[in-house]
Amino acid sequence: MDALKTTLPYIISGISVGGQYALIAIGYTMVYGILRLINFAHGDVFMVAGLMMVYLAASLPLYLAIPLVILLTVALGFTIERVAYKPLRTAPRMSVMISAIGVSYLLQNLALYITGGLNKNYPAIPWISDRISIFGMETSRVTVITPFLTIILVAALVQLINHTKIGMAMRAVSRDFETSQLMGIQINRVISATFIIGTFLAAVGSILFFTNYPGVVPTSGAMPGLKAFVAAVFGGIGSIPGAVIGAFIIGIAESVIKGLDTILIVNGAIDEQIGLATFSDAFTFVLLIIILVFKPTGLFGEKSTDKV
Amino acid sequence: MKKVLSLVLVLAMIVALGASAYADNPVVKIGVFEPQSGDNGAGGKQEVLGMQYANVLTPTVEIDGTTYDVELVYADNASSNDKAPTAAQTLISSGVSLVLGSYGSGVSIAASDTFDAAGVPAIGVTCTNPQVTAGCDVYFRICFLDPFQGTVLANFAKNELGATKAYCLAKQGDDYSGGLCNYFIDAFGKDACVYEQFPEGTSDYSTYITNAQNQGCDVFFSPVSTEAAAQIIAKADTQALGMPILAGDTWDSNVILQAAKGTNVKICVTTFYQEGADPDFDMGIKYWMNNNPTALANNGGNDELAAVTVMGYDAYYVALEALKAAGSVDPADVLEVLPSVTYEGVTGAIAFDDIGDALRDSAFVKECNTELGVWDFVAVATVD
Repeated sequence: MDALKTTLPYIISGISVGGQYALIAIGYTMVYGILRLINFAHGDVFMVAGLMMVYLAASLPLYLAIPLVILLTVALGFTIERVAYKPLRTAPRMSVMISAIGVSYLLQNLALYITGGLNKNYPAIPWISDRISIFGMETSRVTVITPFLTIILVAALVQLINHTKIGMAMRAVSRDFETSQLMGIQINRVISATFIIGTFLAAVGSILFFTNYPGVVPTSGAMPGLKAFVAAVFGGIGSIPGAVIGAFIIGIAESVIKGLDTILIVNGAIDEQIGLATFSDAFTFVLLIIILVFKPTGLFGEKSTDKV
Repeated sequence: MKKVLSLVLVLAMIVALGASAYADNPVVKIGVFEPQSGDNGAGGKQEVLGMQYANVLTPTVEIDGTTYDVELVYADNASSNDKAPTAAQTLISSGVSLVLGSYGSGVSIAASDTFDAAGVPAIGVTCTNPQVTAGCDVYFRICFLDPFQGTVLANFAKNELGATKAYCLAKQGDDYSGGLCNYFIDAFGKDACVYEQFPEGTSDYSTYITNAQNQGCDVFFSPVSTEAAAQIIAKADTQALGMPILAGDTWDSNVILQAAKGTNVKICVTTFYQEGADPDFDMGIKYWMNNNPTALANNGGNDELAAVTVMGYDAYYVALEALKAAGSVDPADVLEVLPSVTYEGVTGAIAFDDIGDALRDSAFVKECNTELGVWDFVAVATVD
């Protein structure tokens, strides 16, 4: 019982972080699935969504600010695709990737210019940032809501992909870009839809993430973006359930490793600190290397079917 | 067409750069080596405010019978040890006579070789790690040091807060928080401390709060950057930390006050200056900030005075004293006289010892009033 009580907070916080990573990871994995592009700017779009909220909530009531933030973030994702990626549709894949890196730095530096590099306090959203107590541990409501909201959104997304016309088009495009074009699928519309869905989820993820960890700086998107990317690769890039499961695994593992010293000490396994917490980030990236070595397609990734 | 356009743009930039203002008086340049972005951006900006205010009050200095206009030259070290040497080089290249800064010990240590090689003296304002001045002939400083501060905090935790077990949290690879934690642990007793580090880019501090609670600590010592501090305070509140948080001079900032306002967290810090110690000065700088929107924004949106601002103010005058004593704007001359420079500042008397450290033996302890969002004075702490 005691062991459970000391371990539970780490698991819950890990699940919550995992849910937030999952929402970002879907954006990476969907774009990759369709364009074979790693959208490096995705993490920064997430950060910009956070900043928009800071500025909009200062002048608008929250019930207006939240939908507006989501709308503007989606518009940003759409614009980035149209301006920075679409003109490079026929260019080598590397060019698009470099363009993505450029957009990433552009967003970071714009944010640096606007905020002056200072930490911006994220507005507290009533109800979801309230303090609650579950199983004798104190936390905020958002920690508990995140995983459920993530699963609901992912379920809806899977429905959309499997049972709608645009979803079918997306699946077709991810199979074969050129052939689906020949079959009359309007490729630009499909790609835009992908970016819209991806950034929508990133915007929701940003609201949850920053409500939980209320500080936005220009580099706020970098680490969560990177972790979400690792999650997407871990789960098999291109696979939505894979990205979600990968994100949860990474979130929980990270959180447990940070507390492992304490868990072991409290349960009497070791006597003093051994400094495991330091390796929480290293673990994520070691995991990435291991999965790339032993199962390059990730947990749920499809075997590549490049035919010569 | 594109070529012509880009050529025109480049030319326009060059012309804009070349067309900097010409003043009547000769100009002496003082380098401001401070973070304007990154983890310590907020603190760096506040420190710069003090220098800017001093520069507004005293825009000229008389060196060897000639009146010079003092120009502050800024370089952003971005709170990053990698970028610090480049920022330092920028200042040296622009011909500064001496340098002030930085907020954050790591960047100062990283840049010390660059200053040393160029022979340009630097006056650390609030970098408290001993390594800043040790082994560097050109680095001086006007603040107290971490061994002193760590001991003061450990004594305070033991004697005033009655703590028996301390949780210490530092940022990995950060000279300031890591160093201060070590000195705290030395003074508090190694066996009674739990020491952990978080990696760069961490945003989830909830696990560290849980660690402290699970290990039965009764004081939470985390002298980390204000950015991380805001997050830690938020989490401490939602997770009902249940023990006081202690920190060093970094936390004496209105970023902390804003984050802590309305929460149920007890926060104590050691610092260089207590608001109210010099009412005339307080009034003057607040008037200036309130009439200067940029300054007010850089101070975090209100006129609550941070100790680092006051230190920045004193540092500017120490620099002027050094220039006067040197009787020249040549960095080598300034370096020669700097060890013997003394100055009676707002934060107390400033003089240097053999290593170039300030001779200071007292720190202020303050507690955050979470109801009003201001600092309450607790005690003046010294070490026997």
